[in-house]
Amino acid sequence: MSDSQGGTVEGDPHRATQTVFNVIGKPRRRVDARAKVTGRTEFADDMTLPRMLHCRLLRSHLPHARIKAIDTTAAAAAPGVKLVLTGEHFPVAYGILPVSQDEHPLAREVVRHVGDPVAAVIATTEEEAQAGVELINVDYEVLTTIASSEQALETPSPQIHDYAQEGNVHKRVALEFGDVDEALAGAAHVFEDTFFYQGNTHLPIEQHASLAAVDPDGKLALWSSTQTPHYVHRALSKALELPGHRIRVIATPNGGGFGGKSDPFNHEIVVCKAALLLDRPVKICLNREEVFYCHRGRHPVLMRFKTGVDADGKIVGMDLETLLDGGAFGSYGVASTFYTGALQTVTYTIPRYRFRGCRTFTNKPACGPKRGHGTVQPRFGQEIQLDKIAVALDKNPAALRQSMLAQPDSLTANYLQIRTIGLGECLEQVVAGSEFNQRWGKLPEGRGLGLACSSYLTGAGLPIYWNKMPHSGVQLRLDRMGAVTAFCGATEIGQGSDDVLAGCVAEILGIDPHDIHLRTGATDITPIDLGSYSSRVTLMMGNAAIEAAERARELLAKAVAAKLEIPAARIGFSGRRVFDIQDPDTGYTFQEACVEAEAMFGTLGTVGSYRPPRSPARFKGGGVGPSPTYSYSASVVEVEVDPETGWIHVPKIWIAHDIGRSLNPTLVRGQVEGSVYMGLGEALMEEQTFRRLPPKRSHAVVHKFPSLLEYKSPTALDMPEIVTYLIEDPDPTGPFGAKEVGQGPLLPIMPAIANAVFDAVGVRVDETPISPEKILRALDAKAKGKPGRTGPKSFPQIPWPEPFRVKPPWEGGDGRADNAPPPSKKRVELEEGSGAKGVQA
Amino acid sequence: MSSKILETFHVNGEQVEAAFGPHKTLLEVLREDLDLPGTKHGCELGECGACAVLVDGEPVLSCLLLGVEAVGREIVTVEGLADDDRLHPLQDAFADLGGAQCGYCTPGILVTAKALLDAHPQPTRPQIEEALSGNLCRCTGYLQIFESVEEAARRAAEVTS
Repeated sequence: MSDSQGGTVEGDPHRATQTVFNVIGKPRRRVDARAKVTGRTEFADDMTLPRMLHCRLLRSHLPHARIKAIDTTAAAAAPGVKLVLTGEHFPVAYGILPVSQDEHPLAREVVRHVGDPVAAVIATTEEEAQAGVELINVDYEVLTTIASSEQALETPSPQIHDYAQEGNVHKRVALEFGDVDEALAGAAHVFEDTFFYQGNTHLPIEQHASLAAVDPDGKLALWSSTQTPHYVHRALSKALELPGHRIRVIATPNGGGFGGKSDPFNHEIVVCKAALLLDRPVKICLNREEVFYCHRGRHPVLMRFKTGVDADGKIVGMDLETLLDGGAFGSYGVASTFYTGALQTVTYTIPRYRFRGCRTFTNKPACGPKRGHGTVQPRFGQEIQLDKIAVALDKNPAALRQSMLAQPDSLTANYLQIRTIGLGECLEQVVAGSEFNQRWGKLPEGRGLGLACSSYLTGAGLPIYWNKMPHSGVQLRLDRMGAVTAFCGATEIGQGSDDVLAGCVAEILGIDPHDIHLRTGATDITPIDLGSYSSRVTLMMGNAAIEAAERARELLAKAVAAKLEIPAARIGFSGRRVFDIQDPDTGYTFQEACVEAEAMFGTLGTVGSYRPPRSPARFKGGGVGPSPTYSYSASVVEVEVDPETGWIHVPKIWIAHDIGRSLNPTLVRGQVEGSVYMGLGEALMEEQTFRRLPPKRSHAVVHKFPSLLEYKSPTALDMPEIVTYLIEDPDPTGPFGAKEVGQGPLLPIMPAIANAVFDAVGVRVDETPISPEKILRALDAKAKGKPGRTGPKSFPQIPWPEPFRVKPPWEGGDGRADNAPPPSKKRVELEEGSGAKGVQA
Repeated sequence: MSSKILETFHVNGEQVEAAFGPHKTLLEVLREDLDLPGTKHGCELGECGACAVLVDGEPVLSCLLLGVEAVGREIVTVEGLADDDRLHPLQDAFADLGGAQCGYCTPGILVTAKALLDAHPQPTRPQIEEALSGNLCRCTGYLQIFESVEEAARRAAEVTS
């Protein structure tokens, strides 16, 4: 009899060792598929309510200016206009991180980027609201515009934010694990390379939309396309000075998120305020240009890697510096900064490691988390540099990587706890599938293969505000009709979180996932889940779901066992039946079992919760990077490059992903291919870039192409053949052994393409996007006898602080910094900004 | 604001009356005046394909067509694909094979694929890629969408043979 039908496995709370399944691992129709293919999934802008009003925002046309006066008289008197709001209505600041409470729903005193909202008009129709917006007069005093990280470093004044660490440097961080200078001095070879990763944006096809209303009982309700309803709930409570229990936030299904709907947004708070003041529903839907200006996307990052290797090419020490262009607000930026240095050590053994990162404020839309948050940019640099090392030392790039893989169940130099590693097998699969060893370096001119690896978090180990509460909670109700309802705050952004929830519960109760009612992402009825970010949902919600379902199973098993007069351990669950596993024909239907259990125990309800294990890191900054476990990916990309035009064509990609356990292979494959697709776009064409208008036309920093037509993204005609390998080595921390898949497979694509271009035409493009023009520039340089390379030439001098020095575990370290006190033990900070100065996400 | 006009539309096999501003696009009329929110918008500039509907059997970007221009023509939206409680083969295939992730581009892709299958019941992969090249999807990487269209064609052939 299968272990899924029997009881739980001792010492395996997450069922990682289970091998026989009812539901898990079988490709199947996701539970919300019917709604999606019939057009009945209700997105935020699909909702209407009686007496609903519409909101439009006046946005700054200047990148940096002081607001001297706002005249709203004409707008307020315009036809249909019910209310005009300005920064005066919003005295309280908010922001996603406790350390960066630097946003107001509408600008007060200063506008910080083109697109920064200044006023809101609420009217009977959207047209009337927009007409009202155009009647508002703002008197600005223009301030110096800070357009780039380099300019921010050179221009301490005017400050974009007065809380910045120094001038327009938002944050500088420095960490050192072992004596890196000594390691580099003793290295057989030291490689120094600079790379630039261009900013790009999420581009969800659904534009952000929010609908606020006052419930009949006077409480505030917000339906919004958000990935993080709990954090929006907290921001609303703070910014509106309203007790949290007077507010409910419902995350509507997101029409794509990719990290772009993870911040609490100004427009969400604005429509709530308007609904409260007018006691009428108020809706806003951003237009596409506004979505580009909301941004929170990939940070542009300049980086310098100095890597020492031994005679065999194995890394002995690495020194990494990163410079992030943060845009106008903090957003997740402090976490993003730490993430540019967090995961280098998780793929390959790096005995000594120093990381220094700097984030600047600039007068552009704020950057934040995009798929692979902060780890994508340095992964690009690290994997290209490894390729250069392999070429320089005449090594096979795959063999070089295989020779120094990080080890399972080990601590890295920066105290990240690695569990299972499927990276070696990932590498073997893509190398074999692509015949890399036979073909790399041997293809005709213009064709090439490139290889890269990566790793990613399976959920951030710490919540955004530190506390001891669960990161995810699941509640189940069962009743005499045989109905099972699963409640969880997790947010469906298209990735399939609802299906994971239903799948985990159905597996344990022996029913079909489609039998289960789901209520998710609604703060008034669902237990808190922190949101769809950091690839955390499958592991954290899944584990909470397993715990809740095990408890429900125990109630049903006890009730049926009593009726059958056998031990509860002999009760099995499968095929909507609850039965004696020694005599499977003897038993009850699932509904009958519910009746017996309700009769025995009363109303049936169970809960489950999950909190990640504590990280061994005890140094400040050690809060970014820990995760219950890490996923791994490897990819080989084949390219064709026309040396005459620089045109790149990608005919085929091999990708292997260490998933731990694939819960629903149809969805897993979709996440892998979707990640590859997004990586292809970032590598070849996508860029969120800006230009300055001429001085006589305001000199503003404006988006080069804030439209879906001109911001190029891959279409159906651009997709290569993708060969996907799923490596299943169940991880003890994951639900049924599962790890993340939503973000990790994106990471190796961009460097693999860059490495393939080198194999094809012998030039390096050390920045994204890898455009034909940059390839041609490198080819031209090479033809003139110069280095065949396009990329940044230098890294600016940054006055780095003294790093916190932490001895690696193998040098006797205990996770504490030698030269700084450990962070306060008082980590339970329930009030934002009240002193939780550590950094998380 | 301009006053409304009253017109009769042929939508999803039904005749329905709507009073709407004559400046409104077909997309707006469908979503706001005909109670058919299944059709989505991603740009309202004809760039993303999310708002595609069929007009006289041809895929049309409803954000680029005025509502008044669609009067008297046969309009099919995602709500009109299923035959009562029986999903269209495309809908079944997309549901089974991961053709829809977030589901936001899905209505536009489904109707565009329907026009393709109506014209080419057994399309080649390049024909599918070409037909869907104006519909942006950010989730799937398109491959499961292509496979869903192929599977729908295969199932439809089975039913008719």
